[in-house]
Amino acid sequence: MGLWNVTLSLWSGFQTTLLLFFLTLAFALPLGLLISFGSMSKFAPLRYAVKIFVWIIRGTPLMLQIIIIFYVPALFFGTPISTRFIAAVIAFVINYACYFSEIYRGGIESISNSQFEAGQALGMTKSQIFFRVILLQVIKRIAAPMSNEVITLVKDTALARVIAVVEIIRVAENIMSGGLIWPLFYTAVFFLLSVGILTLMFGFLEKKLSYFRA
Amino acid sequence: MVALNEKVVLEVKRLSKKFDSSDVLKSVDFTLEEGETLAIIGSSGSGKTTLLRCLNFLERPDAGYISVRGNALFDSEDHNVSKKDIRQNRLHFGLVFQSFNLFPQYTALKNVVLAPELLAKERKDYKANKKSVIEEIRNDGLKLLEQVGLSERRDYYPHQLSGGQQQRVAIARALALKPDILCFDEPTSALDPELTGEVLKVIRSLAATKKSMVIVTHEMQFARDVADKILFMDDGAVIEYGKPEDVFDNPSSDRMKKFLERYNSI
Repeated sequence: MGLWNVTLSLWSGFQTTLLLFFLTLAFALPLGLLISFGSMSKFAPLRYAVKIFVWIIRGTPLMLQIIIIFYVPALFFGTPISTRFIAAVIAFVINYACYFSEIYRGGIESISNSQFEAGQALGMTKSQIFFRVILLQVIKRIAAPMSNEVITLVKDTALARVIAVVEIIRVAENIMSGGLIWPLFYTAVFFLLSVGILTLMFGFLEKKLSYFRA
Repeated sequence: MVALNEKVVLEVKRLSKKFDSSDVLKSVDFTLEEGETLAIIGSSGSGKTTLLRCLNFLERPDAGYISVRGNALFDSEDHNVSKKDIRQNRLHFGLVFQSFNLFPQYTALKNVVLAPELLAKERKDYKANKKSVIEEIRNDGLKLLEQVGLSERRDYYPHQLSGGQQQRVAIARALALKPDILCFDEPTSALDPELTGEVLKVIRSLAATKKSMVIVTHEMQFARDVADKILFMDDGAVIEYGKPEDVFDNPSSDRMKKFLERYNSI
C-alpha cells in the first residue's frame, strides 16, 4: 500500500471522525446551555437532579458511557440502537454537554449581577437580557476554556472505535493488522491539522470579540 | 382615602423591607410632586439604596404602598395590585446606577436605543412601520446623547469613555424610555473627583427642565442646591423630610445634627 492509497483510506475514516465531531458540537453546545440553566435553577429538586447527572457523566469514563449506550438498550429493551455511529453520537453529545454546561455556568455566573439589573431597570424581559446583553459577554469569557474542550473532542472521537465505529484510528488499525504500522502514526497528521485549524478559528473569534471589554 | 393631589407624581407609604431579620426600611413615607427633585441623604447602610431599589422593583418590599400619578403599582394590602406586571411597573422609573452598568458590547448610541427598540417590537403596528419606528428611536437617542453632551461619542464603546462620560450615557439610556421618575443611586460615587462635575451638571440641567427625580447622593452641597426636598434616612427610617434650608440649617433631630457635623468635619 502506497502513501496515496493509505491517505485515501485514512481520509475515509477521518470523514466519520469529522462527522462525529460536528454532530457532537451541534447538539452538545445548545444542550449544554440548557443543562447549565438547570444547574442554576432556583427550583432545588431540578438543580440537584442536574448536578447529580453532571457528576455521573463527568465521573465515569466516556469509553464506558459509549459502551453502555450501545449495549444497554439491546440488553434491557430488546431494541438495539440502530447503528453504532448513532450510539457514539448520543454518548458524545451527553458527555460533552455536561462539560460545556459547567463552562457556561462559570461564564454566566462571572457576569456581574448589575448587568442583569440594568436590563431589568430598562424593562427588558429575562430572555431579552440573556440573549441581548449577557450571552455575548459570556461567549467572550468562555472562548479560551471552550477551545480546550473542543480540541479535546477532536481527539476523543477515537474512543468510538471501542464499539467498532470505523473512524480514522480504527482504519489505521485495520491496515496494521495487514502488516503495515506507519499509517497508525500517520493519523497524527490528520489530528494535528484539524487542531491547528481550530486553534486559528478560536484565535479569530477572540480577536473578533476584542472590540469590547467585559 | 387621601384626597388625590393632581400634582403628586409619586406616593410612597409605610414602605418596609427586611433582609433576614434586620429591618432595612422602616415604614418610609414620602411624596414627590411633578417636576420636583428629591435628594435622599444619610450614611452608608441607612437604607437609601434599598429604598431606591424598591421603587425600581429590583427588590420587593415586604409591606407598603407605591403609586405613580395615583395609579397603585404596589400595595401589600391589595392582592390585585401586587400581582401587577413587574416589568410594566419598572417602566415608570428610570434608574442610573452608581457603577454605570452600561452594556460593554454596544456603542453609546446602541446602549441608549436598545431597550426602546426591544419595547417597540411588542407594539402591534411594529412590523408595518418598522423602518420609521427604528428611525424615530434612533433620532430620540441622538437627541438624548446631545442633551448629555456626547453627540460625538455616539459610536464609542463604554471602555473607550471616561467614567463621567459613561455615566452621562447611562443617564441618556435611563431617559430613553421616558420614565415618569428618574432615579439616581449615588451617581458620582464611583467617579474621580474631577469627573463628578460633568455628571452633576447634567443632573442640574434635568432639574431645570422639571424632570421628576429621586437622587440618592453623598454630595451635600449638590443636594442642597438642586433638590426641592431632602429626605434624611438613618437606620432604615426617615428622620428628616423637608425643604433643604430647613433640613440643613435647622435640623430638628440629633441624628441629622450629628450627621452634618461628621460631614462638615471631613
